[in-house]
Amino acid sequence: MKHIPRLVMLAGALALLALFVWPMWKIVLYAPQYPTGVEMHIWINKIGGKEPGVLQNVNILNHYVGMKFIEPDAIPELQYFQYVILFMVALGCLAALVNRGRFFLAWAVLMSLLAIAGLYDFYLWEYDYGHSLSDLAPIKIPGASFQPPLLGYKDILNFTAVSLPHVAGYFAGAGILLAYLAWWLKRKLTTSVA
Amino acid sequence: MKNRVRLERVITAMATAIVLVLTIASCGRPGGSGSALSGDEAERVYVKPGEYDEFYAFVSGGFSGQLSVYGLPSGRLFKVIPVFSVDAEKSYGFNEETKPMLNTSHGFIPWDDAHHPELSQTNGETDGRWCFINGNNTPRVARIDLTTFETAEILEIPNSGGNHSSPFATENTEYIVAGTRFGVPYPQKDVAIASYAENFKGMLSFISVHPETGHMEVAFQVLLPAFDYDLAHAGKGKSHGWTFFTTYNTELKNTLLEVYASQNDKDFIAAIDWKKAEEYIKQGKFHEIPANYAHNVYDEQSHLATSEMKDKVKVLIPSECPGLVYFMPTPKSPHGVDVDPTGEYIVGNGKLSADLSVHSFTKMLAAIKSEAYETVVEGIPVLKYEATLAGVVEKPGLGPLHTEFDGRGNAYTTFFISSEVVKWKLGTWEVLDRAPCYYSVGHLMIPGGDTRNPDGKYLVALNKITKDRFLPTGPELTQSAQLYDISGDKMKLLLDFPTIGEPHYAQGILASKIVPKSKKFYPLEGNTHPYRSMGEKDTRVERDGKVVHVYMSMIRSHFSPDNIEGIQVGDQVYFHVTNLEQDWDTPHGFAVMGANNAELLVMPGQTETLLWQPKAVGVYPFYCTDFCSALHQEMQGYLRVSAVGAEVPLKWSMGENIVE
Repeated sequence: MKHIPRLVMLAGALALLALFVWPMWKIVLYAPQYPTGVEMHIWINKIGGKEPGVLQNVNILNHYVGMKFIEPDAIPELQYFQYVILFMVALGCLAALVNRGRFFLAWAVLMSLLAIAGLYDFYLWEYDYGHSLSDLAPIKIPGASFQPPLLGYKDILNFTAVSLPHVAGYFAGAGILLAYLAWWLKRKLTTSVA
Repeated sequence: MKNRVRLERVITAMATAIVLVLTIASCGRPGGSGSALSGDEAERVYVKPGEYDEFYAFVSGGFSGQLSVYGLPSGRLFKVIPVFSVDAEKSYGFNEETKPMLNTSHGFIPWDDAHHPELSQTNGETDGRWCFINGNNTPRVARIDLTTFETAEILEIPNSGGNHSSPFATENTEYIVAGTRFGVPYPQKDVAIASYAENFKGMLSFISVHPETGHMEVAFQVLLPAFDYDLAHAGKGKSHGWTFFTTYNTELKNTLLEVYASQNDKDFIAAIDWKKAEEYIKQGKFHEIPANYAHNVYDEQSHLATSEMKDKVKVLIPSECPGLVYFMPTPKSPHGVDVDPTGEYIVGNGKLSADLSVHSFTKMLAAIKSEAYETVVEGIPVLKYEATLAGVVEKPGLGPLHTEFDGRGNAYTTFFISSEVVKWKLGTWEVLDRAPCYYSVGHLMIPGGDTRNPDGKYLVALNKITKDRFLPTGPELTQSAQLYDISGDKMKLLLDFPTIGEPHYAQGILASKIVPKSKKFYPLEGNTHPYRSMGEKDTRVERDGKVVHVYMSMIRSHFSPDNIEGIQVGDQVYFHVTNLEQDWDTPHGFAVMGANNAELLVMPGQTETLLWQPKAVGVYPFYCTDFCSALHQEMQGYLRVSAVGAEVPLKWSMGENIVE
């Protein structure tokens, strides 16, 4: 009984490891010629897709309107964010070891801030790709932006773009909630014992 | 007043008479199909836009040399797969990669006469892995890969004069077969044609198929009298281990066969015990005979075909191998030989006979055991007709050619002369139904209808003549296929559709056995072509004497390089074009002005090579021929050809000008 909060904390910290197993986010482009969609996957450390070749196919579509090529090597976050996550997993395990409620809360808050920062960063990249258009674009549409939605769906020319968390995104979210739960359980336990 | 009424009656009577006459006249086309149609046919063959057909049909292209792929029940054509004939559209036989596919002991052959598609089987059922088809003229068999719908392999057959009784797989595709339709001197030599009976032979070949790769090899041949070996089918179930061949010209004639080869009351069905043949091979009872034949294989990784010449073959001689071959007398010049799903009944479709004879496999084994021989020909026992006969379908029609089965105990036989399909019952031999064909039906096909497990829902009749069935197109008219619903007691004509070339046999298979395995593109990282470009950074031009290699890439919507200078008149320019796309349905084409061969049509991840030989100085455009994207029209480039010895350096570019 008394170990439950720290085990919940541990589970929360380990849930972040899902980021190395599944993608965290997906952007799917639907159009009549793409009945099953072009599904791009954003991982903690790479950009891929549901099938091989998706990134190339997205880049081919983007180049008609002069969008920049998405080159994973040019996105530094994909290089270092994985180490931040590994550090947070270690920190979460440490919190579970130390077994203090305020550590649990601190971890949960820090992780929440990181998630918000990550989403904001994602938004900035989307804005950049959607607005920095080449002057040599074969197709120019005055006033149009090609920024995909942060969350949800949006019509962009002939495409409907859908942006949603993927499996690891849900795991990370659940990990944060588990840390808050661990803090709450710990507090309840301490209060009832006192 | 009275007169007026009378006049009205007279007018009414006359009008009625006119209407009657017109009605009778309009129905006056005897045998017309109008009355056979009941109204819901359109609905039964209508596949809604965007929806899939239930079956694939692989229909032989006959003298086109190709294999066509249709959907059933819609009759929609999806693809014509080039097999034995060159196809400029797909560059088959024109690009450097596929030229070896058409190599033979006679050199490069751009055409053949393709007859009988045969799907690979596992446990007597179609498995959707490969489709085999025979080339009749220059004896060959081909294997088509059903993940790519491309010809993967072609094997020439030695000691054969015309590969008609082929390919017809055994129930686990242990073997496909190739029986010669025309007797030829064995070994080939300069002899008088009139010495046919003495010098000519008929060879039946068993081709093993590798269970994993599908690779084919002439495992052994069986040397027989120089009859014409017309068609074949493998035993199944209880008769697994045997393959049956029909014969005509047991008269051994070499001129005016239509008369002289139609004299014997009975010709033979040759029954080959191939399991026994395997034993004889193991015991070393074969003759290793020098031969010269090509084996051509297309490699899906390198996108290259190679042709290898083979120099020997194993031959079994029946007089030295007792129990290997038996002849079953069958009236008269039997064409198709068809084995029912249980493997018990062997139908001999005696094409000049008024009756249809059916042999029993069980009775055949008993006749062999009791040595119920009529005579022995070249060491081959001829079994007594009555000893193997299971039954006779009496006077079912004229000119029986082929039989297929529905898996419910019924057989369906085509009659060429009376132009109809007749349904009859196995065991009772009674005729149940008949349906006219428009016109002169040859083969028929029920999906799985020659396997242990037919899908007895549809029947396709493959017609040689169409006359008035379609809009006329001058003297040359299309051949046709006709779709019948056979799910009920009576056959019901649903649809006519035109075919490519002359449809001989066809094969049908549930689409669900093929669709999930169908490839969408070739992974670029798996491309091992020696002249591939793995990306635009790889693209370049290299000169080696008079030979120029252009390593070119294509992706929406440009070539790299797209400006090339320094080519000279008389050069041999090889364009090695790699399609860098990795998406479904994104081929690009490549055509260059003045090419004496064809275009290239390159699938995503593939490399193909076109040879181009400039004859005059100038600047020549090249472009993409397959409308690939919104900027397809912009997918073009230029090639500068200078005089021999000109000082224009070999340079290339993409996205910027070549600097002099």
